[in-house]
Amino acid sequence: MPDLTKTAEETPAQAPVAAAAKPEKARSLGSDAWHDLRRKPIFVISALLILLLIVIAVAPGLFTSVDPRAGDLREHFHTPPNYSHFFEGDWFGYDGQGRSIYARVIYGARASVVVGICVTVGTTILGGIFGMLAGYFGGWIDTIISRVTDIFFGIPLLLGSLVILNAFTSRTIWSVVFALITLGWTQMTRVMRGSVITVKQADFVTAAKALGAGTGRIMFKHILPNAIAPVIVVATISLGGYIALEATLSFLGIGLQDPTISWGIDINSAQKLIRTAPFALFFPAGMLSITVLAFIMLGDAVRDALDPKLR
Amino acid sequence: MGRFVARRLLQMIPVFLGTTALIFFMVHLLPGDPLAALWGDKAPDPVQLAALRHQQHFDEPLIQQYLDYMGGLFTGDFGKALDGRPVLDKITEALPVTVQLALLAFGFEIVLGIGIGLFAGLRRGKVFDKSALVFTLLLISIPVPVLGFLFQTIFGINLKWVKPTVQDSTDITQLVLPAIVLGSLSLAYVARLTRTSIAENIKADYVRTAVAKGLPRRRVIGTHLLRNSLIPVVTFLGTDLGALMGGAIVTEGIFNVQGVGHALYQAINMKEGATVSGFVAFLVIVYLAAGLIVDLLYAVLDPRIRYA
Repeated sequence: MPDLTKTAEETPAQAPVAAAAKPEKARSLGSDAWHDLRRKPIFVISALLILLLIVIAVAPGLFTSVDPRAGDLREHFHTPPNYSHFFEGDWFGYDGQGRSIYARVIYGARASVVVGICVTVGTTILGGIFGMLAGYFGGWIDTIISRVTDIFFGIPLLLGSLVILNAFTSRTIWSVVFALITLGWTQMTRVMRGSVITVKQADFVTAAKALGAGTGRIMFKHILPNAIAPVIVVATISLGGYIALEATLSFLGIGLQDPTISWGIDINSAQKLIRTAPFALFFPAGMLSITVLAFIMLGDAVRDALDPKLR
Repeated sequence: MGRFVARRLLQMIPVFLGTTALIFFMVHLLPGDPLAALWGDKAPDPVQLAALRHQQHFDEPLIQQYLDYMGGLFTGDFGKALDGRPVLDKITEALPVTVQLALLAFGFEIVLGIGIGLFAGLRRGKVFDKSALVFTLLLISIPVPVLGFLFQTIFGINLKWVKPTVQDSTDITQLVLPAIVLGSLSLAYVARLTRTSIAENIKADYVRTAVAKGLPRRRVIGTHLLRNSLIPVVTFLGTDLGALMGGAIVTEGIFNVQGVGHALYQAINMKEGATVSGFVAFLVIVYLAAGLIVDLLYAVLDPRIRYA
């Protein structure tokens, strides 16, 4: 009996491989995608960049020994960069308060990476659960979840976050994460619901039911692995978007606040001196763009690998 | 068609009620006190705080406040700013500028986005297609504040083609650069959506039939291919027009355009909670209405939706 269930589970995953008719041994969709991804230069580049960013976010002390909050107005007020001083405090110059821009760019990675990852994980879990319930049970559960989703979907992410964050007197990374998850889960719910409805009609689900599998087992062992691919794709692509959104909110002065170090805050404080000290704007803005670019490239590569239709 | 419009309007009602209620509760039930926030880190003066609460009707029962708020929305009353002026006055003062800016950005992204997407989709895998993909990827990756300053520095300060900031917001020629910045992110999405859709549909049977019956290429692409491929693009554009008006907040801030976004930006900086929520309520209504209008256009493009 267990053998039968196992076959039922693996059949759809093997289908694209069988269609490709390769003489090698059969691979699951996951390992097939991984096999594809490793050969893509875009994936390798973006994955390495993201890995580097995560290392910077976890241990910024490895990259600079300068305190990003220490300002020396007397010596360094808007001192231009000294490009030959690699990894030193004055490599990217000093900002308006005499703080090392290089150190601030390094320490600013943490806020972006934490917000991006937490919001993506949070919206994926929340949207995944709601989407699974709505798609699997249908009926009134689906009606309620879909209508609530419609309501939240009616509020643009940026505007809604303004209202939520406006209510916090002092804002930390977690208030930004909270605001973005509260408004961001709807897209994931819709993707998951659509995907579950398609998979639910597959023969292997009927087979599992006929074999007497319980609701929980069908949902998590049979439907989830086969419905998760579009969710992973949307999650990876939106991660970059959430990082850009955090920077935009911080730039507007309603996201993160000092003493938290964020590229958005630094872009905001550098904008006043865009003519005299463009470098103070350039480095945080450049790092932010590279980070968002890395995540979006990763999302593109993952989508190409997981979506057999595009092959 | 009439039935479709009626049903779509009826569907709007619960979404409208729910969304506005959600904004109301976000303003009133979240832990922070927007009025106490006016004092910053200092402890608020109880007498002044009570007076402000009374002025903003925060001392009434929540249900009464909600009914007042809903009544206000239907009669066009979006609350009062702290200086005593109705928020609606501030909105109507700034609205024409933002509408101009958003329409300019909208036109820009439609013309250029569909154009790039069409040519890239028709020449899939060729040089133009590949460079269009790289170009749109860059546009998506550069956050709006960065792009704004980049364009301001290049075109305003270095090349001196335009003034770095807008001097007169009613002069539409000065709004061109801010509109390009505002529309660029959506331009990338429109181009990518059109490209994928064209590349998919070009293999469809109806295109082959059209070619086989000897229609000129212009007609095959314009009438058959493009009309069918634009359906997902129109869906995106529907949510986008509203989003542009809200998204103008960053662009208007950078380029000093005296529109709705600029007023909202100032209200945030002055920590005027009531003004912020009034503006947001208004913009959400615009967003929903824009979605509705484009949804109706959608039915014109695709008869299957009309008769379903």
